[in-house]
Amino acid sequence: MKKSTKIWLTILASVISIVHFIPFYVLLTTASKERGDFSSKWFFPDQINWSNFSEAWEKANLGSALFNTTTITFFSALVLIFIGSLAAYPLARRQTKLNKMVYFFFISIMIIPPLAALVPLYQLVVDIGMMNTRTIAVLNNVASYLPLTIFLYAGFIRSTVPKELEEAARIDGAGTMNIFFRVIFPLLKPITATILIISCVYIWNDFQFAIFFLQDKSVQTMTVALSSFFGENTNNLQLVGAAALIAMAPMVTLFLILQKSFIKGLAAGAVKG
Amino acid sequence: MAGKLDKLKKKTNSDKSSLWWMYLPALLLISFFIVYPFLDGIRISLTNWNGFSQSYEFIGLDNYKRMLQDPNTWLVLRNTLLYGVGSTIFQNVIGLLYALLLNQSIRMKAVARTIIYLPVIISPLIMGYIWYFFFAYQGGAFNDVLIWLGFERMNLLGNPDANIWIIVMVNTFQFVGVAMIIYLAGLQSISTEYYEAANIDGASRFQQFKNITLPLLMPSVTINMVINIIGGLKLFDVIISLTNGGPGMASQSMSTYMYNLYFSRQDAGYAATQGVLMMVVILIISFSALVYFRSKEVEA
Repeated sequence: MKKSTKIWLTILASVISIVHFIPFYVLLTTASKERGDFSSKWFFPDQINWSNFSEAWEKANLGSALFNTTTITFFSALVLIFIGSLAAYPLARRQTKLNKMVYFFFISIMIIPPLAALVPLYQLVVDIGMMNTRTIAVLNNVASYLPLTIFLYAGFIRSTVPKELEEAARIDGAGTMNIFFRVIFPLLKPITATILIISCVYIWNDFQFAIFFLQDKSVQTMTVALSSFFGENTNNLQLVGAAALIAMAPMVTLFLILQKSFIKGLAAGAVKG
Repeated sequence: MAGKLDKLKKKTNSDKSSLWWMYLPALLLISFFIVYPFLDGIRISLTNWNGFSQSYEFIGLDNYKRMLQDPNTWLVLRNTLLYGVGSTIFQNVIGLLYALLLNQSIRMKAVARTIIYLPVIISPLIMGYIWYFFFAYQGGAFNDVLIWLGFERMNLLGNPDANIWIIVMVNTFQFVGVAMIIYLAGLQSISTEYYEAANIDGASRFQQFKNITLPLLMPSVTINMVINIIGGLKLFDVIISLTNGGPGMASQSMSTYMYNLYFSRQDAGYAATQGVLMMVVILIISFSALVYFRSKEVEA
């Protein structure tokens, strides 16, 4: 490449980066203004009004929301990885007629948009008395990400885990459970990391399920708390901005630290969308 | 007893056993929380249920007739298609251009990649609020620029002709990073030998792009098209935070319409009917997209 072309392309990449940063810049200026300061969002105030953050934290109930989001994400990911890896193993290794059918069933479920079944799902949750519980959020999230998890685990076991290892363990007299947890599961670390990233990002950011099943203040997640806070504060956007920054901070921090694994993991999960 | 145990052990350890108990929990969860509601939705769509009362009647296909006569059905279907198709086109074109640019050995490419990708990990709801600060009629950053340049401020979010495209743009902005990464991976998997051979033959850069890059990139195109269109058709969070479906019905999608029918108007039977329609539309479109783009893939 000619040197001048290279310089032009670098300038182009810089301009694109700046354009993509603009909304975040506007978020930062918005969140730092005082109440009643309606000056342009292109400029920071002379003094950053840090009290927006504490005020938003209290008024939007973000402490409890953070706890709920963290708990739901943690347990969903835990259950997802346990049940998902367990399910993928026989589907990857035992090509019986039944298993082929079950695998096809799991894969086809991936195309069903969970929101399309909102009305009956809502009724089901009311019927089993689990409205406004963190448990139902965990179960719903696990069910909707299980097909993708099984798909990724099964593919990984087929392509990278050598069969000989299991056979050796079997000759030594180890039972299936033993083989799975002692021999197979430790080898699944790379794909487990991918699945953790995908499920944590999606479940942390979930709004579609949470808005229906977690309306009560005590179980609200970050997104639900933020949406009701926005409704109450359309004239106090500085507070909404501060709350939005608090809500996205944990994920953004994780992303900046583990950027490579995030990008790789989410690309693998994008197959589902 | 011991003999029986041995036999059992042999049976579960042999390759012929399905080990079905290992996927039983997954099967039960999915059946209970996805398959059952999906089937039950079809049943509810045949009733006049209001969402909370114990009694309701089966009214046959009345909800489906109503759906066909409801002008809102066509409005939200049109909007949903605009969200789906619009986002897909923009995300793919811009994503591919970004990938071609950031595949060059230039400075800034790591920084650009991070910034472009960042919105992917942020909740679409929050992303909607952030863009609300940008486009708001009162005090929005965009209108400040218009005023500085001597124009009137514009109510873009309240304008039915504009806000659909704003939503498409915000959705594109948020997820163009995914398309970019998938195209980057696709570009890096193309062997440089093809380009060397083309250079010897004297092919121009554009010819190389058209005859080598694009055909070999088709698998990435398939993945991107399918995930973008499904994502666009399901759009919900961004609409809620940017326009709440308004003004009136103007920017509602199938999912926000269904949400309103159920929670604001207690019209559960009809909401379920709209859910069935949404399901059918998503299935048909994503399946056709998949088949169409698969047929365009070449063996690398």
